[in-house]
Amino acid sequence: MSTIVSLPDQSTAKLPAKSYLNQEYGLKSWLLTGDHKRIAMLYLFSITFFFVIGGVLAGLIRLELLTPPADLMATDTYNKVFSMHGIIMIFLFLVPSVPATIGNFLIPLMVGARDLAFPKINLLSWYLYMGGGLLVLATMVLGGVDTGWTFTTPLSTHYLNTHVVTAAMGIFLAGFSSIFTGLNFIVTIHRMRCPGMTWFRLPLFVWGHYATSIIMILGTPVLAITLVLVALERTMNIGVFDPSKGGDPLLFQHLFWFYSHPAVYIMILPGMAVISEVISTFSRKRVFGYTAVAFSSVAIAVFGFLVWEHHMFIMGVSQYSALVFSLLTMLVAVPSAIKIFNWSMTLYKGSITFETPMLYAFGFIGLFTIGGLTGIFLATLGMDVHLTETYFIVAHFHFVMVGGMLMAYLAGVHFWWPKMTGRMYPEAISKTAAVITFIGFIVTFFPQFILGYLGMPRRYAAYPADFQVLNVFSTAGASILGIGYLLPMLYLPWSLKYGEIAGDNPWQATGLEWQIQSPPLTENFSEIPIMDHEAYDYEWLANKTHHEVQTVG
Amino acid sequence: MTEKTQSTHQDAEVHVVKPPVYLAIFFALLVLTALTTGISFIDLGVFNAVIALAIACLKASLVVLFFMHIHYSSRLLKLTVAAGLFTFMLLISLTMTDYISRAWGMF
Ligand code: HEM
Ligand SMILES: [Cu+2]
Repeated sequence: MSTIVSLPDQSTAKLPAKSYLNQEYGLKSWLLTGDHKRIAMLYLFSITFFFVIGGVLAGLIRLELLTPPADLMATDTYNKVFSMHGIIMIFLFLVPSVPATIGNFLIPLMVGARDLAFPKINLLSWYLYMGGGLLVLATMVLGGVDTGWTFTTPLSTHYLNTHVVTAAMGIFLAGFSSIFTGLNFIVTIHRMRCPGMTWFRLPLFVWGHYATSIIMILGTPVLAITLVLVALERTMNIGVFDPSKGGDPLLFQHLFWFYSHPAVYIMILPGMAVISEVISTFSRKRVFGYTAVAFSSVAIAVFGFLVWEHHMFIMGVSQYSALVFSLLTMLVAVPSAIKIFNWSMTLYKGSITFETPMLYAFGFIGLFTIGGLTGIFLATLGMDVHLTETYFIVAHFHFVMVGGMLMAYLAGVHFWWPKMTGRMYPEAISKTAAVITFIGFIVTFFPQFILGYLGMPRRYAAYPADFQVLNVFSTAGASILGIGYLLPMLYLPWSLKYGEIAGDNPWQATGLEWQIQSPPLTENFSEIPIMDHEAYDYEWLANKTHHEVQTVG
Repeated sequence: MTEKTQSTHQDAEVHVVKPPVYLAIFFALLVLTALTTGISFIDLGVFNAVIALAIACLKASLVVLFFMHIHYSSRLLKLTVAAGLFTFMLLISLTMTDYISRAWGMF
């Protein structure tokens, strides 16, 4: 199979003498750093840590569901296990996954800046994240919480004696860390673009993160205040959500989903941003319909705020209001579709190669499409009555979140790993891991669509024996999936020491970040670059390489 | 933009607000707080909440405009604040579509 990977001659290649990794040594130089690249690495470690914990909890869920009766753990333990799984995976892994790691690392490089606008706020955001993470861990150690990740009232305010407030405060803190990340990105993208870097020369990765940041800043405060209200209701009985005091439990749902629907776009837009870069690089073509893809990100961010009630269709909201929200939900799928079509058109007549990031990107496109389309099923009022709160929903959001975002995250990590570390991972293994992940994913989650359609409810430890075959499939798939995730956790660290030297631009990509050394200098660019061409201009790259060869040789 | 902005760099502009302005605003906030408290002793029917909220909004505006310097800031910053208000308006108005029509056709 053809490849575009071009590594330098390994017998002579060396890592650059100075880089952000060896500028300073010692724990303190990391914990007090202002360097966006180092903070990205701190985030990478921490989110991987929480991903492992969340993954173990997922394994426990699947083990319990291997057999129909609730036999592995007590039912209220089961409730705690899936609640902690959801809270950790959503707030401590998916929300920060791409933006806080890859985005943190790349936004300044891509706009041609030396750092983010507020390096100290960036570091503070990591500390807030860790604070939130510790509170969530404390919740778990103290005995857990069993509200589900949605903190549904009045369950969370009146009926449970688990650690609701601790968990809510953890999420509150993690929320501020994501607000700070968004703030930093927006200011950086507005103010720190290098000369010649107009808005429409920005890589689509930056557009995707701009849109994400808008949601982070405008949506997250609503979640924060909602969780505070839950805590106040629990501790002081203030009565906003309590009908006996004139409150309304549905008000909680409105407030919670006002954040949490846009938040699902926090969890997908950065993934889409990664995919645009990967698809373009490995089909050697400018992304088809650049402007449409750029604006569809912003459209998703804005329209994402208009659809939240689709999570409440069966909760007793007004039917007229539900009609409006059903229609709006279908409309918000349009910009996502625009992206899928444009990526497909980019592939069309491109010279496609199948490197690891591209394999993950293909996984993303297929799985996200299924996930998005089943979202339309759920947005249809009549269908939703049947499908809501069943495994169909579970399958829907795992297709978009795991099949979509997690695939995109892995695509991104594999794509920029050589830039972050200066070294290449063993491609034969990483390609295998990508394929294993895809197969494991399908086997795990596809049966859940059928289970849900047949009526198996979510969030129960026991189920009728009729459903067992499909559940066994799902648990078996989860073990395959586990291997798929374990592999990168082994070969990526291995590559830090033994991987081949990657050189500046192993993929022959056009972004500014690829024109500097890998790993980059602490100050990114020794001279601020001047952007004199469009994004994804492969001719420019070819000319540039051509000239270099001539002047050097 | 106001005349007093000495901008070398659009956002790094420093507008020095004189202490009397701060004091005046602080005083106004105190008066409005007293007003809220006072008016809560009079029963105005449906207007109880309306008046309390109106005064609260006025106070918030004063804080944003003067203490947070938005009155003296660039248009980009004003737009940023407007985006926040717009989002808040979406939250209220779309939630209202539920509350207003929840009972329609039920009684
Ligand atoms: C592309 C168009 C999409 C549409 C039309 C859509 C539609 C829906 C609808 C209508 C529901 C509610 C079902 C119910 O409660 O009965 C839902 C649930 C959900 N969706 Fe989507 N969705 C889309 C994309 C996404 C994306 C991109 C994500 C995340 C990355 C996502 C994550 C979720 C989650 C987490 C839930 C379940 C929340 C819960 O109850 O725990 N969706 N979706
Ligand atoms: Cu939603």
